[in-house]
Amino acid sequence: MAKEFVPNIRQLPKFMKEDPGILPGHRACAGCGCAIILRQLMMARRKPLVIANATGCMEVVTTIFPYTAWKTPWIHVAFENAAAVAAGIDAGRNKLQRSGRFSDDPDVSVDYDVVALAGDGGTYDIGLQALSGALERWHNFLYILYDNEAYMNTGIQRSGGTPFGAWTTTTPVGSKIKGKPLTKKPIVDIVVAHRIPYAATVSPAYWVDALKKFRKGLETEGPAFIHAFGVCPRGWRTDTKDTIKLSRLAVETCFFPLYEVVNSEWYLTGPSLTIAKNPERKKPVEEYLKLQGRFRHMLLPENKWMLEKFQELVDENWEIILKRAKNV
Amino acid sequence: MSKRGWQEIPIAGIPFLESTEYHTGDWKVFRPVIDEQKCVKCGNCWMFCPDSAIEWDGESVPKPNYKYCKGCGICAEECPAKAIEMVR
Ligand SMILES: Cc1ncc(C[n+]2csc(CCOP(=O)(O)OP(=O)(O)O)c2C)c(N)n1
Ligand code: SF4
Ligand code: SF4
Ligand code: SF4
Ligand SMILES: [Mg+2]
Repeated sequence: MAKEFVPNIRQLPKFMKEDPGILPGHRACAGCGCAIILRQLMMARRKPLVIANATGCMEVVTTIFPYTAWKTPWIHVAFENAAAVAAGIDAGRNKLQRSGRFSDDPDVSVDYDVVALAGDGGTYDIGLQALSGALERWHNFLYILYDNEAYMNTGIQRSGGTPFGAWTTTTPVGSKIKGKPLTKKPIVDIVVAHRIPYAATVSPAYWVDALKKFRKGLETEGPAFIHAFGVCPRGWRTDTKDTIKLSRLAVETCFFPLYEVVNSEWYLTGPSLTIAKNPERKKPVEEYLKLQGRFRHMLLPENKWMLEKFQELVDENWEIILKRAKNV
Repeated sequence: MSKRGWQEIPIAGIPFLESTEYHTGDWKVFRPVIDEQKCVKCGNCWMFCPDSAIEWDGESVPKPNYKYCKGCGICAEECPAKAIEMVR
């Protein structure tokens, strides 16, 4: 067993300066929460990473020709196949390690961690079968879903990850239907149903929790999955300065609980565990919603039912997780 | 007919310059200014900057790098000591 990774804020800057993994000069919008997730992933590395990145914001903004922000082997793959390509990289690595083909070449290392990186569109929707297949084949890789809750790169279209009520360009706010009428797909449940060894949720606001989980995901033998909460000021109509505040409120309201699922056993972590033990600390969802333009209509008196329904959905989901959690 | 192998595949789009050559600092309206007296060197600004635009050694007062800083204001918002002011 590897020694437990304890992230230290005094040492991380040195580590990142020597080997940044991702560079500034990328073209994510100001205040992009997904770009923070990428940096935190890099802070948690134990080995070099090889990344297969599905089409989407993080792919586009990091590699606008002729520039690249990646200081690690990285491949842009199609919208639907990040997991399939990562599976191939894993298979290739196994073959090279077994054959010892580069064992006496000091310039070639075949000792690295494989990461698949995709957005919610590329995971909940079009990439789901590639993901399911790679999990079933038990590939040794970490799949990171950065969830900004819509197809942002192509102009804010709704996805299976868009929450109830949210405005998007394909779920506009009209007189009859106001925002997305349907709910967010429970993606971690679907992933966990494959009985993989490790799955977790992370919010960049709780960086110690996030770095530990990224590291555990990388260390896992076999498939691991991380659902990362990615605030998108552009698509959510939020103030760029509020990105971390929203990443915190999502957890404090239990809209996005933090937990890990180790060999199909659920454990709440960090602030979510604290809330489970002190339920009075759970904040009303309104505090989270009111900072976001995409939910503005839900705060009007005539749409009060939407706010109530959102709260009910959050409460239901939280109850389900509380029941599952072994540590509460 | 010649047998075609992977060597014949033309090299497509491979970005070959580091993004650090592209200065996103032009985007900003407000820039963060750190008050050295107030800073408690906690590292929050360094941790949460989406653009790696806060330079920090882990000990001293951090320094914003205006070449890349997009002026989002996260660092100022997350500074527990209110040591960062966003100025035009
Ligand atoms: C098969 C296919 N259909 C559509 C597209 C166009 N497309 C590119 S990115 C994208 C949306 C990506 O959404 P998401 O995965 O949520 O990532 P985000 O941009 O939000 O980060 C779409 C529809 C594509 N590249 N390939
Ligand atoms: S659209 Fe959203 S996710 Fe995409 S780069 Fe901008 S802020 Fe980030
Ligand atoms: S304003 Fe935003 S981009 Fe600039 S240093 Fe602060 S966090 Fe980074
Ligand atoms: S967040 Fe504020 S107190 Fe902390 S290191 Fe940055 S400037 Fe200093
Ligand atoms: Mg998305």
